[in-house]
Amino acid sequence: MKKSKFFFIIFVFFSSLVNLNAIEPDVFVQSTVNRASKILSEDISKDLKINELKKIALETVDIRGIGLYTLGPIRKSLNDEQKKNYSILFKDYFLKTFSSRLAEYTNPEIDVFNKEVLNENYTIVNSILKGTTERPEIKIDWRIYTKDKDNPVIRDLIIEGLSLARTQKEEFASILNSNDGDINALFEALKQFSN
Amino acid sequence: MIKKFVFIIITTCALTLGVNAASDGDLILKKNDPREIKDCSETFNRASFALNQGLDKVIFKPIASAYRILPSPVKTGVSNSLENLSNLVTIPNNILQGDLASAGANTGRFLINSTIGLLGLIDVAEAVGLPKNEKEDYGQSLAVAGVGPGCYIVLPVLGPSTSRDALASTFNFMGGDAWYNVTVRNDTQYFSEPDFYASKVGSGVDFRAKNYDGIENLKKNSLDFYASVKSLYLQDRQQKILNSKKIINTQNDSDWEEIESQ
Repeated sequence: MKKSKFFFIIFVFFSSLVNLNAIEPDVFVQSTVNRASKILSEDISKDLKINELKKIALETVDIRGIGLYTLGPIRKSLNDEQKKNYSILFKDYFLKTFSSRLAEYTNPEIDVFNKEVLNENYTIVNSILKGTTERPEIKIDWRIYTKDKDNPVIRDLIIEGLSLARTQKEEFASILNSNDGDINALFEALKQFSN
Repeated sequence: MIKKFVFIIITTCALTLGVNAASDGDLILKKNDPREIKDCSETFNRASFALNQGLDKVIFKPIASAYRILPSPVKTGVSNSLENLSNLVTIPNNILQGDLASAGANTGRFLINSTIGLLGLIDVAEAVGLPKNEKEDYGQSLAVAGVGPGCYIVLPVLGPSTSRDALASTFNFMGGDAWYNVTVRNDTQYFSEPDFYASKVGSGVDFRAKNYDGIENLKKNSLDFYASVKSLYLQDRQQKILNSKKIINTQNDSDWEEIESQ
């Protein structure tokens, strides 16, 4: 009896230690946007800002997951070589568009105010990009992939209810449709954009 | 003359391009899912989109650019005023959709802002506890009644729409828009036809100015700008019909569930 009690306590103790490392999705988003805001408000060149933003994206965004999602059903019919090729091209494309989009902003203020756990793997974090004289206040939701509790990652940005990943997916689908489903046409478009 | 032109464009496009529209008895949500809406005449739509892009470059973008540098109170006043006028279409549609509470609130907002708020320039109603509601139109009312969207279409000059929404917008010219009635149909001594068209152009410029950076950014970072605009428009439309800005209620997560990267 005493032995089982001992093991139980040990188990609970270590379980709680493991949970201590878990990062709450809302805290993760707020700290990520704070890091990005700091870079954007710094008095450095645009190229330097872009490089720093790319580093943040590599750490906090599930680029591989977004790439697979945006590819749509065709991902199931690609061979390993094509998958590898796509993964490289998408990463370059994503980092270029991500940093270029963000670099336009100077000192954006984003406040996280709520989160909604969808299931074990996903939490939606709600935030507000404060308005300026140039633009109105914008609601931004973040789809956070939480399968690895210690290392949550961003999978989608939903701006005023409009999903960027979904838009990207439909854009890629359009390119594939216009080229009879030829994946090389998408590769070429990604390559041209990144260069 | 202009109204005839607009009416003919809308009905011709909606009828011609909506021939292949599917209309089964599915749920509103499924019917208005962007993935379910077909681009039946993509060649025509892309040509129309290119025309609109040209018009934007030559007319709307330069005007919106100049409008953006106006003092903030001026822009807010114009925006409030146009928003106030839109209540004249929103209120009958609140009623058509059975949302009498919103119809009452929007009527209150319209009366207060049109009088104390100096023809809508100041949003006094918000200050007295009547916040802004979502805009409603005849296309949304038809969707709520269970009418499917038909095909995606891009109207020359007017922009993205669906067969259902384009046809429904003609209700505005058949007595469904009180602002149109007092300006164009019954030219009163206070308002005339140019006031109506000025308000429509004003709405376009206000929208373009508010979304100036977003549109330019999207254009710069898109592989296929037409497809991006289509996707964003249909997502936005779906949300307006459902009166929800919550992606979790409006979009299927199953695609995401398949993606394993950790």
